[in-house]
Amino acid sequence: MSDDTRANESGEALIEVRAAVKHFPIKQGVIVKREVGRVHAVEGVSLAVRRGETLGLVGETGCGKSTLARCVTRLHQLTSGQILFEGQDITGLSRSQVRPYRRRMQMIFQDPYGSLNPRRRVGSIIGDPFAIHGEGERDERKPKVQELMELVGLNPEHYNRFPAEFSGGQRQRIGVARALALKPSLIVADEPVSALDVSIQAQIINLLDDLQQEFGLTYLFISHDLSVVRHVSDRIAVMYLGQVVELADSEELHGRPRHPYTNALLSAASVADPDQAAARQRIVLTGDVPSPVAPPSGCRFHPRCPKAQQICVEQVPALKARSGDPDTHLTACHFPVEPGEDLTRVTATIPEEERAE
Amino acid sequence: MLRFLLRRLLSGVLVLWLISVFTFGLFFVAPTDVPRLICGRLCTQVQIDLITKQLGLDQPILVQYWHFLERLFHGDLGYSYYNSESVNTLIASALPVTISLAIGAAVLWLVGGVSIGVVSAVKPRSFLDRSGTILALIGLSMPSFLIGILLLYFLFFLLTTHGMAWFPPSGYVSISSDPLEWAHHLVLPWCALAFITAATYIRLTRNQMLEVLGEDYIRTAKSKGIARRRVTVRHALRAALTPVVTQFGIDLATLLGGAIVTEQIFGLPGLGRLAVTSVIRQDQPVVIATVLLAAVFIVLANIVVDLLYAVLDPRVRLT
Amino acid sequence: MSADMTADSGAGPADTVDAARSTAPAGGGTSAAEPSSGAIEGRSPWQLAWLLLRRDKAAMISLGFIVFISLVAALAPLLAHLIGYGPTDQDRTNGITVDGLPVGPSSAHWFGTDNLGRDILVRVIYGTQVSLLVGVASTLLAVAMGVLVGLAAGYFGSVVDTVLSRAMDVVLSFPFLLFAIALVSIYGSGLGISVFVIAFFTWAAVGRIVRGQTLSIREKEYIEAARSLGAGDLRIMFVDVLPNLLAPVIVYTTLLIPIAIVFEATLSFLGLGVVPPTPTWGNMLSDSQDFYQVAWWFPFFPGLALLLTTLAFNLLGDGVRDALDPRAGRLFQD
Ligand SMILES: Nc1ncnc2c1ncn2[C@@H]1O[C@H](COP(=O)(O)OP(=O)(O)OP(=O)(O)O)[C@@H](O)[C@H]1O
Ligand SMILES: [Mg+2]
Repeated sequence: MSDDTRANESGEALIEVRAAVKHFPIKQGVIVKREVGRVHAVEGVSLAVRRGETLGLVGETGCGKSTLARCVTRLHQLTSGQILFEGQDITGLSRSQVRPYRRRMQMIFQDPYGSLNPRRRVGSIIGDPFAIHGEGERDERKPKVQELMELVGLNPEHYNRFPAEFSGGQRQRIGVARALALKPSLIVADEPVSALDVSIQAQIINLLDDLQQEFGLTYLFISHDLSVVRHVSDRIAVMYLGQVVELADSEELHGRPRHPYTNALLSAASVADPDQAAARQRIVLTGDVPSPVAPPSGCRFHPRCPKAQQICVEQVPALKARSGDPDTHLTACHFPVEPGEDLTRVTATIPEEERAE
Repeated sequence: MLRFLLRRLLSGVLVLWLISVFTFGLFFVAPTDVPRLICGRLCTQVQIDLITKQLGLDQPILVQYWHFLERLFHGDLGYSYYNSESVNTLIASALPVTISLAIGAAVLWLVGGVSIGVVSAVKPRSFLDRSGTILALIGLSMPSFLIGILLLYFLFFLLTTHGMAWFPPSGYVSISSDPLEWAHHLVLPWCALAFITAATYIRLTRNQMLEVLGEDYIRTAKSKGIARRRVTVRHALRAALTPVVTQFGIDLATLLGGAIVTEQIFGLPGLGRLAVTSVIRQDQPVVIATVLLAAVFIVLANIVVDLLYAVLDPRVRLT
Repeated sequence: MSADMTADSGAGPADTVDAARSTAPAGGGTSAAEPSSGAIEGRSPWQLAWLLLRRDKAAMISLGFIVFISLVAALAPLLAHLIGYGPTDQDRTNGITVDGLPVGPSSAHWFGTDNLGRDILVRVIYGTQVSLLVGVASTLLAVAMGVLVGLAAGYFGSVVDTVLSRAMDVVLSFPFLLFAIALVSIYGSGLGISVFVIAFFTWAAVGRIVRGQTLSIREKEYIEAARSLGAGDLRIMFVDVLPNLLAPVIVYTTLLIPIAIVFEATLSFLGLGVVPPTPTWGNMLSDSQDFYQVAWWFPFFPGLALLLTTLAFNLLGDGVRDALDPRAGRLFQD
C-alpha cells in the first residue's frame, strides 16, 4: 500500500507493519483438538512508525489493538504479513534471534497492578532488563536502577520495596523505568494510562512526553480514548475490528475526520469537551461491535454505518488518500464523510438483515 | 454429557493400563526366583524347569504381559503362587469383609464429621467449635495403627479385665451367618477408621460453610434473627456438600481397596490383609490383582464424583 | 496416603483444596500504602507473614516443640551417653523381669524398658532421628519433584501438560500404601527406600497444586512483561512464577511432613520400614503389640512422641496457612 512509499518520503520508518494478519484458532475436541473457528483479531494492517514520532492507535475494546502491539513486539507470531524493524524483517526470527531486537523495543502495559510481579522487589523488577540481557554485574546494577528511578520520579531509596507499597501512578512509573532501562528506540505503550485516575493520567503522559524529548524515543501509543491520544500523538491510526480505517496527522484527523467511525468516536469523545460538543453533531453508533469470529463482509463497519450502501456489503474499501485530502490522510471508506456533512441526517440504504438493530 | 463420560472412561482405562504395566514391570525386574519360591528348597532342577515352563516365566516379558491381559479380559486373575488357589476366589472371599468395614465406617464418619462440622460453623468460636477443631486436629495427626492400639487397650483390654467383655478384639463373622455378631465384631474397627477419617470432614464442612456464610452470615444473623439464619445455614450446607461428596467418593474408594492397617490390627481377613500377606509371600498374581482392584475403585470413584459434581453444582459444566 | 492412609491420615484432596486456597498471601493485595510511612519500609510479604505467625500461640508452641525434637534428634548419641544406655543395649539386670517381661518406669529407666530389656527413653530419642529424617527428606524430595513437574506442566501447557497431568493422575490413582509395601518387600527395606517410596507417592499431590497455580500465574501481565524483555522460559519459570508459588508450597510442605512421618511409622509398624534393631517409633509400637496388656509404657511413649510430633507439624501448618492467607482469619472478625 501507499504506506511504504509515504514512509520513505517523510522520515525514516523505525518500525513497519506490512499487511499484518493475526488469527487465533478456536479449538475443540475430545482427544484430538480440531479447529472450529478463528478470531480474526488483526486483518491486514499496514502501518509505519517514524523515528521520533508518536503514533496513536485508537479503537473500541476488542478491536485488536493489543494484539497488534503484541505482534509488533513479537510476543505473538503473525499469521501472515511482515514486521520490519529499521528495515530488517524480524517476522520469522526465532526467539533467540529476536532477543537483540527486544532491547530496542520495549512495552509499557495497561495494568499497573498486573504488570509488576508482586513477589519481587522494585529494584529487581526495574533491573530485570539488565539481568536478562546480561548487562553489568549485580552490584553495578543498583546505581543504574536508582538512576532510572530518579528519572521517572520515584524515590531511589524505595529500591527494596514491593510493588504493593506503591500507588497506581507510582507503579506505572516503575513500568516506565523498566521499559527505559536498556535505552530502547521504540516504546509500545498499550493503554498506559487507562487504569489510572484522570488526575494521574496527565502526570504519566507528561512524563512520557519529557522522556521522548530527552531520549528521542519513538512511541506507539495505544488507547481507546481519542482525547488522550490526541494530546500525545503526531499521527493517529483508528482501528475497527482488526483493520485500520483511518490514518492521519493528529490535527488533520480531528479537524477533518473522513471515516464515519472516526466521526462517531470523535463525537463520543467531545461529550467531555464542551467547546467541541457544540460544534459537532452527536452521532450515536447503533448496535454492538460484531464478533471478530465472523466479521462482516465488505467494509466491516457497514452494519453500524449510517452511510452504508450495497457496495459496502460487497467490497472492502482500500485505505488510501481520498479526494481533497493531503496524501498523508488515508481513509478506508467508500463514502467518506464530507466536511460539514451532518451524519445524523443520512440513512443507510442496505438490506435490513445486514444492519445491526 | 455422554461425551464427557466417554472421555473420562477412556482416560480411566488408560490410567489403569499404565498402572498394570507399572506393577507388572516392577515384578518382572524384581530379583525374586519365583519357581524356587513355589517349589521350596528341596526342588530338583527338573521340577524348577517344569514350573518355569508352566507359568510361562521363560517367555519374554511382553508375551507374559500379553497372556496376563488376555486372562484378565476373560475375568481370570490367575492362580496364587503360594497355594495355587484361584485369585478370583481369594478376592471374592476377602471383598465382603472389606466392604463391611468400609461401609460401616463411612456411615459413621460421614454423619459424625459433617454434623460436627455444621455445629462448628453455626457457632464459630464457641466451646463446641473449639472442641470440634481440636478433635479434627487430633484425628488428622493420629496414625491409624495408633488409634487401633488405643481402642484395643481401652475398649477391649481395660473393659475386659474389669469384667466388661463388651467388645471382641479381633475376627470377622459374616453378615449372612449372624448379623448381630457381624456388627459386634466390626464396632471397634469402624470406630477406629471413622475417628481419623471424620477429621477431614469436620474441617471441610466447617471451612466450606464458613466461606459461604462469611461475614455476610454473621451480619444477617445479627440483624434478622434466627429464622433468617436457619435459611442461610441450609444454603451454606448445600454449598459445602459438593466438596464433601468429592472427598467422600475418594475416601470410600480408597478404603474399598483395603484398609491395610486396620484390617491388620483387628485381624480382619479383608483385601488389605490379603494384599499384605501376599506381598510378604511374594505371591505376585495376588498382589497384582489387589493393586489393580484398588486402582479400579479409585478411578471409578473419580468419575462418579465428577458426575455428582455436575448434578450438585449447576455451575459446573461437563466438557 | 492411600489405603488406610488417606482415610487414616486425612491427607486427602481436602487439605489440597485448603492449601491451594492460600494464593494471594500477605502483601499481594492492592493496599497501596503511602511510601512515606517509614514504619513498613521494604518489609517483605514474608516478614509480614512472620509477624502474623508470631502472634499465633499454638503455632509458636508447635514450632518450639519441633525445634526441641530436632535438637533431641541431633544430640541423640550425647543424650544416650548421659542416660547410660545405647539404643540397642539390653539391660539384663534391671531391664527385664524374671519372667522375661518389660519393666515399668523407674529411676533406672525413666520410660521403662521393652521386652528385650532395652531402655525405651533412649529408643524414643533415637526414633526421633528416623522420623524427622524420613519425614523431612521425603517431603523435600516430593516437593521438589512436585514443583518441577507442576511448574513445567502448567507453564508449557499443551502436550507437556497432557503427559505430565496424566502421569500425576496415575500416581494419584495408585493404592499408595499397598504399592509401597509391595515395593519395599521386593527391593528390601531401609531408610533410603522409605524416603524414596514416600516421596514417590506424595509428589503428585504437590504437582497438581503447583500446576493449577502456575496456570493462573502464567496469564498475568508481568509474565508477558518478562517475555517482552526477552526472558527465557527457565528464567520466567524460576524468577517470575516460582516466587508466587512459594506460599502454597510452604503451606503444603509443612502439612506434608506429618503425613510423611505417619507414612514412615506405618511402614515400620508393618515391618517394612527401617530395619530393626534400629529403633523407630513405628517398629517400637509394632513390637509392643504383644505386650501392651502388661506394659502400658511400651506403646505409650513412642505413641505419644509420634502423636505430639504430627500434631505439632499440623498446628504449625495451620498457623502458616493463616499467616500467609490473612483472608482465612478474617472470617472470625465479627
Ligand atoms: N490469546 C488470545 N486467544 C484468543 N483470542 C484472543 C487472544 N488475545 C486476544 N484475543 C481476541 O482478539 C480480539 C482482539 O483482542 P485485543 O486484546 O487485541 O483487543 P484490544 O483492542 O486490545 O481491546 P482492549 O481495549 O479491551 O484491550 C478480541 O476479540 C479478543 O477476544
Ligand atoms: Mg488491549
